[in-house]
Amino acid sequence: MLSEIVDIIVYIFLAIGVFFNLLAGLGLLRFPDVYTRLHAGTKCTTFGSIFICGSVILLGLRMWIQGDPDGSTFVIHTAIALVAILVTNPTGAHALARAAHRSGVKPVGAVIDDLDKKPAKKAAIKKKEAKK
Amino acid sequence: MMETGYLIVLGFLLLAIVIAIIRAIKGPTAPDRVVGLDTINTIVIVSMVIFGAATRNVIYIDVAIIYALLSYISTLFIAKYLEGGEF
Repeated sequence: MLSEIVDIIVYIFLAIGVFFNLLAGLGLLRFPDVYTRLHAGTKCTTFGSIFICGSVILLGLRMWIQGDPDGSTFVIHTAIALVAILVTNPTGAHALARAAHRSGVKPVGAVIDDLDKKPAKKAAIKKKEAKK
Repeated sequence: MMETGYLIVLGFLLLAIVIAIIRAIKGPTAPDRVVGLDTINTIVIVSMVIFGAATRNVIYIDVAIIYALLSYISTLFIAKYLEGGEF
């Protein structure tokens, strides 16, 4: 009874994770810009990998309770892999976004770029705001 | 039964990897390609974890941990190179 409920929860977690990973691919294909593609490709894969690793951890816990000694190894190693993904993925995305901005890629359709350091533009923006 | 479920999930993850490869080939600028490669890396890590759970082998999950750390280092180096800075 308990193992069937755990199986259903494992399948639900797997479905959520695969759905978000496919959304990451779709956003990577459809978005118009480096920054929006980075947004889709990083956040969706991080969220999906949380759920997929959670499902494997649940499977390992079920194996452990049923007496399989491999289950505890599954739980610990998958938790370490999940921590590695959670630490490294947003940091790499941040470095990539900064590198893309400094190498001169402009965001498509952006009205104000606050990281742009040309003083003339900032003065023009301030004039416009003052006129309003 | 559980193994077939995991193998179907692996098929869908392969589809996501193929879409990311399309972006990595098509990307108009260099950061686009790097974003595609980063997404491929993350999905490969997750599919290694799934493959280890499907075949009940822990060694694939260990490989996934090492792959995560190495792909992070490679992404940081490529970002630093695109930025044009010094190491």
